[in-house]
Amino acid sequence: MSAQDTLISAQNIEKYYDQVPVLERINIDVEKGAFCTIVGASGCGKSTFLRMLLSQELPTRGQILLDGEKLPDEPTADRGIVFQKYSVFPHLTVEGNLLLSQEFDAAPLTGKLFGNAKKAALDKVNETLDKIGLSAARDKFPSQLSGGMQQRLAIAQALLKEPKILLLDEPFGALDPGIRLDMHELLLALWQDLNMTIFMVTHDLNEAFKLGTRMLVFDKIRHDPHAPNAYGATITYDLNIASCTQSNSQDAEMYFAKAPNSTEET
Amino acid sequence: MRIINQKPSRSLALFLGILPFIALVVTYAIASHYRRLDNPADKLLPSIEQMMATFYRFAFVPDRRSGDLLLWTDTLDSLLRLGAGIAIATLLALIIGIAIGFIPVVRSALAPFLASFSLIPPITVLPILFIIFGLGEVSKIALIVFGTAPIMMRSTAQAVMDIPREMIIKAETLGASVWQMLMRLVIPQTMPKLISAIRLALVPGWIFLISAEAIASTSGLGYRVFLVRRYLAMDVILPYVIWITLLAFLIDRLLLALSIRIFPWHHLEGESL
Repeated sequence: MSAQDTLISAQNIEKYYDQVPVLERINIDVEKGAFCTIVGASGCGKSTFLRMLLSQELPTRGQILLDGEKLPDEPTADRGIVFQKYSVFPHLTVEGNLLLSQEFDAAPLTGKLFGNAKKAALDKVNETLDKIGLSAARDKFPSQLSGGMQQRLAIAQALLKEPKILLLDEPFGALDPGIRLDMHELLLALWQDLNMTIFMVTHDLNEAFKLGTRMLVFDKIRHDPHAPNAYGATITYDLNIASCTQSNSQDAEMYFAKAPNSTEET
Repeated sequence: MRIINQKPSRSLALFLGILPFIALVVTYAIASHYRRLDNPADKLLPSIEQMMATFYRFAFVPDRRSGDLLLWTDTLDSLLRLGAGIAIATLLALIIGIAIGFIPVVRSALAPFLASFSLIPPITVLPILFIIFGLGEVSKIALIVFGTAPIMMRSTAQAVMDIPREMIIKAETLGASVWQMLMRLVIPQTMPKLISAIRLALVPGWIFLISAEAIASTSGLGYRVFLVRRYLAMDVILPYVIWITLLAFLIDRLLLALSIRIFPWHHLEGESL
């Protein structure tokens, strides 16, 4: 991988909460167009890592570069996010949710478009509505939609802003298995269409293998029995799934089989 | 079936709802009847017919001295005071409450002050208001503002802080400025809760209105009730109390209906009282 292809570069990241290390020695370069899945036991800091990519939290030490530049200290439009919950705005209809990013762009004062400007913006929204299959529900409020539809809306809303990276924090964690499969297809299609770079935290190892081109496994490897909080977690496996051989995927499977309280909570 | 699982039918629910009202009226009528058997000129529990006649006189017969229809001028004066007070308090809640809830620096600066300020018993500042603003309308409106604005500001600030952080972050990633977040996310999501805050604030609002009118006024519902107290005119006081209650009830229902109408998304889940 050449330096130009690197989109995200995390360098010596450490994260402490009240002097307790959560993450340590995180060093990773992720290339443009990667679908990076992040797995690990509960509380091992994988969501913390994602929040640092979003600048929702800041690393205690080290830095994260995006396109060679240090990330800003607050969330910005170059990084889109879909959370497990609360990702869409309950007071706006499906259409209103999708219009929002264009309205923020075009109307600095009111944040709202009217008349012809709105019509033009709606054209773009209509296309997206068709793609995610929510055309019929355009005038509904999110709470009138199923969980799967809400997450589809959340993903579409984030993608309409055309971020450089899409961050997903257990986006399908609360969905039924069948719905999840639909969501996988939608997400893969969008990822290929838009040539996006995606980071996705998940509990589901199968999901991580199926969707990702690259899988990051977070775990605590250093333990001090006298001071359980002395060390944080780090990236213990960095699997290239696209060229994944049978053996190292089995490696990882075995690794998870040994740790019963990790992942696979579904 | 257990009683917690027994849901009354619509008509039964209506009947059960009316029952306490009927019980109250019947109890009153019986008590009044027996008191007037002893003394036909009894002032304490006048007959319902007498109260209705008095109410009719206040509503439709011009006052001999002023020529006004007293019920309506009293009602108008009181509602103007209450409306002005609540409107100012709402504006304060909207501006200061949202600023406290949304902007950490403002919160650090104002939240402790507001928390202390809201503990001042409003009625104790009434003398101060009378001294500063005189006995006119301003001091009455100021008392209502004083009594309602702090709690409204606090509940509005809390409503803003209750907006899930995820939504604020999502708005940031969609490219929103602070002003745009206020316009499209914070204010819309806070408005239904502001209306709830107004409905709750109207309860102390009425108290302070009536108190201010009772102490220093020449018109208004509170003024009338306390004026006729001297003559033990229960036939005026009781209908006025019912009238005030009815007004308060109607305003409350109106605000709820308004909220359901403008913010349907807020009322999609659960029943609201």
